[in-house]
Amino acid sequence: TLRLICTTTAVQRKNVGASGPEKYTEAFIKKQIEEFNLGKRHLANMMGEDPETFTQEDIDRAIAYLFPSGLFDKQARPMMKHPTEVFPEQRKIQWGEDGRPFHFLFYTGKQSYYSLMHETYEKLLNVQKHQDQLIAQDLPLQKEKRNLAGSRWLTKIELEEMLLEKVSDDDYSRFIQLLQKLAALPCADIEEKYILKFSKEVPVQLQKVVIEPLQYDERGVAFSTGEGKRKTASATAVVYDNGTGKITVNGIDILHYFPVLQDREQLLFPFQFLGRIGKHDMVCTVSGGGRSAQAGAIRLASAKALRSFVTEKEVEFMRQAGLLTVDPRVKERKKPGQEGPRRKFTWKKR
Amino acid sequence: QLDRGCALHTAARAGLSSVSSQDVPAQGPRAVFHTSESDPAKHTEQHEGRLYNIPLEEVKAVFPHGLPHRFQQQIQTFNEARVMVRKPALELLAYLKGSNLAHPAVRYVIYGERGTGKTMTLCHVVHYCWRQGWLVLHIPDAHLWVKNCKELLQSSYKKDRLDQPLQASVWLKNFKSSNERFLQEIKTQRKYMWGKQESTEEGRPLGEVVEQGLARVRSASDAVGVVLRELRQQSHRGSFRLLVAVDGVNALWGRTTLRKEDKSPVSPEELTLVHNLRKMVRNDWSGGAIVTTLSQTGSLFKPSSAYTPQELLGKEGFDALDPFVPIPVSNYSPREFESCYGYYLERKWLQHEKAHTEDGKAELQFLSGSNPRQLDRLAGPL
Repeated sequence: TLRLICTTTAVQRKNVGASGPEKYTEAFIKKQIEEFNLGKRHLANMMGEDPETFTQEDIDRAIAYLFPSGLFDKQARPMMKHPTEVFPEQRKIQWGEDGRPFHFLFYTGKQSYYSLMHETYEKLLNVQKHQDQLIAQDLPLQKEKRNLAGSRWLTKIELEEMLLEKVSDDDYSRFIQLLQKLAALPCADIEEKYILKFSKEVPVQLQKVVIEPLQYDERGVAFSTGEGKRKTASATAVVYDNGTGKITVNGIDILHYFPVLQDREQLLFPFQFLGRIGKHDMVCTVSGGGRSAQAGAIRLASAKALRSFVTEKEVEFMRQAGLLTVDPRVKERKKPGQEGPRRKFTWKKR
Repeated sequence: QLDRGCALHTAARAGLSSVSSQDVPAQGPRAVFHTSESDPAKHTEQHEGRLYNIPLEEVKAVFPHGLPHRFQQQIQTFNEARVMVRKPALELLAYLKGSNLAHPAVRYVIYGERGTGKTMTLCHVVHYCWRQGWLVLHIPDAHLWVKNCKELLQSSYKKDRLDQPLQASVWLKNFKSSNERFLQEIKTQRKYMWGKQESTEEGRPLGEVVEQGLARVRSASDAVGVVLRELRQQSHRGSFRLLVAVDGVNALWGRTTLRKEDKSPVSPEELTLVHNLRKMVRNDWSGGAIVTTLSQTGSLFKPSSAYTPQELLGKEGFDALDPFVPIPVSNYSPREFESCYGYYLERKWLQHEKAHTEDGKAELQFLSGSNPRQLDRLAGPL
């Protein structure tokens, strides 16, 4: 069976379309659409804008202005959207007035699934026929191979949304196996359009972070800046080249600003990792947070600043060592009914 | 780096094998960091950054109570006392060598940040003076006299002053052990009465006064006062030279944590010991020198970032000590750091494998900020 390795938030939504019989009639939805358009024009009039060129973004802005809300959940705030976005897609009634179903596979129970399987198998047979023809004519089979690396197949939930009916795990895996078999054939380019319907682009994981080039100050010494945050403390660091390893924080030497060894070790870490302990000077400013948070913020800032001095491979090493990631840990909120974020009140039996 | 060091310092080597030969590599590093010159009188800039050895018997004789605690532990561990020759100490020694003893005593104040080596500089100077045959009046830490005193007696000599018998007797004991021969030579110039019955006649050796103080603990502080006065009055005659070495001199003018029985705070003038010491530190006598250190570590009611004479002495102290020669002491220079690091390595104090590498050395330098105390504390667990 196939396993989902990565899931996006879109995938985790419930599929409402395949849940049950129709809740909203077609006439009802049409009426909603009319009301929406009228309302849009009224809103445009109210805001003093042109009703013809009033886009959805303008609607959102107008509603946020007219009904300001302090709720944290964006989906709990008042919104005005097109009915097709609000009401989920429904399956229309699949039999006529005489009770006779429209589709020939209705009595299988999963009509859209089986019709999809039939279609896909038809395409497969097509491709095989084409392949035989080419072999008979002794023509080369391979054309360009499609790159499957940047794309993934539809997930089960997305397939359910497409077919508007429930798909079980087994059925889903069989469908994907069939698709893969089809795509693996050398002459699958003919049916490429059909295959593309069921594949999606994987978003590029590694966002290319731009490394700033070195700047030079009046004396001709190369330097670069970096910023870092950790748990309410924010720091900016300026790392100079050709130095002796002196570090100044807010105008004070690190021995005096961080009397604790642990904080100084945190500052030492990026330089030690790159092996450049005595080679750079650093001047930083830091505010907010506590002793440890400030040390962590300066560490991040100096690591970011050092990227400009160092090769790309070493930048990758730094990233893997965790020197360049922002630490997401912040103080957790205290909940009502508990003494702290996790600690509950003392339990008394009576 | 080692070769460069060898090339520069071949001149000072006396007993060790020649450094440039490669067949004795274990001796090479030793030569760079150490001096066989154990007489401070002969230390010059050439010896700067190197460590010299004080024989253990001398340590017991000269410093019964003067050395910092951690250094004493180090002596016990390494079974030798190695003191680094540093620039401030050399400066002071040069001044002392060139000073004219007929003039009133010059005051030197050693100041610097925490843990930079002020007390060690003082000890170096004290060793030099002892070698030269001076009478050394070494008060290890004046802060001990203004805080944590369990017993306060009302002085019999002056009504409003308070005595500290314990501290005075401890100090007298140490003073006696370091300056035995002087105590026999110097004679008292006046008759002193201890209470109703005991007295010391004129012309008796000072040793008797000290014995008296040790025997009768009640009058120990007065004995200290007598000793100080006698030394002050006789030093200008020239039969001996007097060195007054006070560590933590800012305690004499600060506040105290002591309270009288009616819970009112005691000010330093009310303590006999402090009063007498203040008279000692005034430069109205000649025939010697006064070397003092400021210390923030033991000082009371002063912020931890204060290290200049002005901040630590306060207005009163500054006026009292003015004029003086300030001698700043700073963190290790790169050369001094290297020699200290080399010494630790050689004595196998740094056991961690990474500590032997260049990176380890750079790390130690970074983390300690070249501060001697930090380096010592860092190297401890390694």
